[in-house]
Amino acid sequence: MSNIVEPTRLTKKDFETDQDVRWCPGCGDYSILANVQRVMPELGVPLEQMVWVSGIGCSSRFPYYMNTYGFHTIHGRAPAFATGIKVANPKLSVWLATGDGDGLSIGGNHLMHCLRRNVDVKILLFNNRIYGLTKGQYSPTSEVGKITKSTPVGSADQPVDPACVALGVNGSFVARSVDVEAQHLGDVLRRAAHHVGTAFIEIYQNCNVFNDGAFDSFTEKAHKAERQIRVEHGKPLIFGANREKGIRLNMRTLALEVVSIGVNGVTEADIVVHDETNPTLAYMLAHMPYPAFPVALGVLFAETRPTYDGSLSEQRLGAELKQGKPDLDKLLRGGETWTI
Amino acid sequence: MTESNIVTSSSARTVLDSAVVRFAGDSGDGMQVTGDQFTAAAALARNDLATFPDFPAEIRAPAGTLYGVSGFQINFASQDVFTPGDAPDVLVAMNPAALKTNLRDLKRGGLLIVNAGAFNAANLKKAGYETNPLEDGSLNGFNLVNIDITKLTVAAVKEQGLSNKEAHRCKNFWTLGLMFWLYGRPLEPTIKWIQNKFHKRDDLVQANIAALKAGHAYGETAEISHNRYEVPAAPVASGTYRNIGGNTATAWGLLAATQLSGLNMVLGAYPITPASDVLHELSKFKHFGVTTIQAEDEIAAVCAAIGASYAGNIGVTTTSGPGMALKMEGIGLAIATELPLVIVDIQRGGPSTGLPTKTEQADLLQAVYGRNSEAPLCVIAASTPGNCFYMAIEAARLALKYMTPVILLTDGYLANGTEPWLIPKLDELPRIEVKFRTDPQGFHPFLRDPKTLARNWAIPGTPGLTHRIGGLEKDYDSGHISYAPSNHELMCQTRAAKIAGIADDVPEQQIDVGDESGKLLVLGWGSTYGSIREAVQRCRTRGLSVSHAHVHYLNPLPKNLGELLKRFDRVLVPELNLGQLVKLVRSQYLVPAESFPKVQGQPFKISELEERIRQMMES
Repeated sequence: MSNIVEPTRLTKKDFETDQDVRWCPGCGDYSILANVQRVMPELGVPLEQMVWVSGIGCSSRFPYYMNTYGFHTIHGRAPAFATGIKVANPKLSVWLATGDGDGLSIGGNHLMHCLRRNVDVKILLFNNRIYGLTKGQYSPTSEVGKITKSTPVGSADQPVDPACVALGVNGSFVARSVDVEAQHLGDVLRRAAHHVGTAFIEIYQNCNVFNDGAFDSFTEKAHKAERQIRVEHGKPLIFGANREKGIRLNMRTLALEVVSIGVNGVTEADIVVHDETNPTLAYMLAHMPYPAFPVALGVLFAETRPTYDGSLSEQRLGAELKQGKPDLDKLLRGGETWTI
Repeated sequence: MTESNIVTSSSARTVLDSAVVRFAGDSGDGMQVTGDQFTAAAALARNDLATFPDFPAEIRAPAGTLYGVSGFQINFASQDVFTPGDAPDVLVAMNPAALKTNLRDLKRGGLLIVNAGAFNAANLKKAGYETNPLEDGSLNGFNLVNIDITKLTVAAVKEQGLSNKEAHRCKNFWTLGLMFWLYGRPLEPTIKWIQNKFHKRDDLVQANIAALKAGHAYGETAEISHNRYEVPAAPVASGTYRNIGGNTATAWGLLAATQLSGLNMVLGAYPITPASDVLHELSKFKHFGVTTIQAEDEIAAVCAAIGASYAGNIGVTTTSGPGMALKMEGIGLAIATELPLVIVDIQRGGPSTGLPTKTEQADLLQAVYGRNSEAPLCVIAASTPGNCFYMAIEAARLALKYMTPVILLTDGYLANGTEPWLIPKLDELPRIEVKFRTDPQGFHPFLRDPKTLARNWAIPGTPGLTHRIGGLEKDYDSGHISYAPSNHELMCQTRAAKIAGIADDVPEQQIDVGDESGKLLVLGWGSTYGSIREAVQRCRTRGLSVSHAHVHYLNPLPKNLGELLKRFDRVLVPELNLGQLVKLVRSQYLVPAESFPKVQGQPFKISELEERIRQMMES
């Protein structure tokens, strides 16, 4: 059969499976799933060309609910499986769902190496700052002093910031969004999908059972204009209910500071314009201490560079050109031989 | 080395059936290169041979120390050779430390060639000698040839104007030249090798050739009065041969599997001794559709391989004992998701880091049992360096046919040892048939072939077959997640039955040497093949009723093995561990098999096995 079939346009429904979604009612994962299923049809990738890979944890149930190929693997190792899949078949669109425990504790090593290699996979890290599936222990992103079942007098560990980790290991695309911000999350997902290389998205996700309201202080409607800053490439870093505040670089301390436009002679010209190709700025934005600063959301950093899987494909092609077709007989008979 | 006559003229040669030569020196003395070149010469002279390199774990151990000694032993003969030999007939000792650590193995009256130039006060002290053994009479029992190789080498390479250090480094070729003279080998192949190896430094080419020739001329001009030897060609089956080592054979077997199956291969590997050479070798063959990933750790290596298998390639990971331990959770996932996977464990001494460069049959129980829950998989083992080629193909064939991980066990002894190898004809190799599922009709991911029980392999990219798999238990009839009690038992039994069924697809156990029944069966597996075979043969020539069977398929065991064991009054299981196969056969067949363990990081000597067999027959 040689007739070319025009792919039918997919809908959100096409990406849903027949499996009952088993997250707790009210979990932030539902809205992430809905947003992903809403955005995926726009990408034009056929269902069978997409693979969702995950490790272990609440977030890692994600592949069961996506009507694509899916591989629910072992704790922390999803980036390694995804690397193998993408290298074996670079045509596949490979996505990865992980959490703060899976991705940054047991799997921190693999996440780091996937990012620095720039394997062309999209990583969604659901950060709820708690272990949910094991029923409520503190995680590597939990705040110091967190009271949990395993830390009755408070945790002693300093947390890591996922976006800072991704930037620190030279990730080529680093973004942040929030489970309930459908529009914003959708935009970030689209940007990630079109990035060639590892796209890392930290998604603040509410665990309403074990860490309810962890992000309320900057995600609730009443505060979010004051406590979030949406970064956009080429646009000034302005926030506030009346867009009256901005981020300025203090030239004396080489640190960011929050300023009020129109106060003390500050004008919009003093405000930093976001440049997503500037890794230093990206790190400063990701690292702004809260609540003294707002939480930066959006694409913090994006840069195009060669991918791991692409480079390996090129090496294979190069070898075929240089060494020709595989010849097992020639291999076995090469070098010193003798005939009796 | 059995000499038929003693001659002193340098022109006459004593014809020998076989000879065992050991080169020993400091890590920096180039003993492995010397051994390799001496081996190549023996192979070109059509001797049968076996080699055993034995080197320290330290890359550059301090010069002159006992732990920095590097050795290379070769057994070459005009008859079949099965081991690198028990005790050397000839020992070349390049410094006092090499003499100290190796002399105890040299046969009484054996030829001992010593570089007197390295026997200075400092080196003697480092080796723990209070007096110089070259002068105190302690070597009187040996045929000592005492030469200042250092001085003669420096003189030979003088014209090239090398630094003192570089000039000293040529002494291994001087020594090789002398050994070539002793056994009547041509210099040309080594000269060619030197030209190729040092092509960027003409002065080194000239210096090493000059050293080689000087060593040869030293013998030729009868400056030593020792008889020369000849080991004629061995009568072997006709065909084209090459010399091959176990790690190369393993890599080439995997390359062959890509051609026999038509699949691409992804090797996930993390550098580990003694397995790294397989990664090095495979990384040169990208045009075979092989991609090598040097992963961030052992776990990522196996996981990337499993990911590649999931996507329709042959996923392979290579490692050694400690790496195996790290990979086990990943291997469990490949068992649960029933994906093909080849794991090559090139065993070394343990536990923990253990003896990285020394051999041990360390991991049989780890391979068969070392996972959580009921996690059966196929385990096979190679018996000789050349056999690694066939067993690597077999591992891929079984993995792909049964949709299962297969562990191939080799070890440091096979990995680094070499033997002449009859190059197979391609049409003699098995075809590996692979069928991907494409039909959406009635599909679910755990539909099974009724005969093999292998699940159907539907790879990403196939329209209409999107599905999800993972480490959670699946429903037998739909492949969906299921925690149902009776379903779990059914799935456990099905996975076990699938692996057990492989016994119908592999050769029945043969008796390798001896009668089909008798008083004693010596049952071995893996790299002990040569020593056991030779020991049993020797005992049989003394009229003992003993046979040898060597197991290549360890899980499942060959289906006739239980019956075969019961045809013998007693069963002896020699292993380079504290008794692992013996546990398997005792538990599976309820036979009172007896263990003969050795865990010294060294292979069995034929004489050790012979003695144990004789003891058993007498008791």
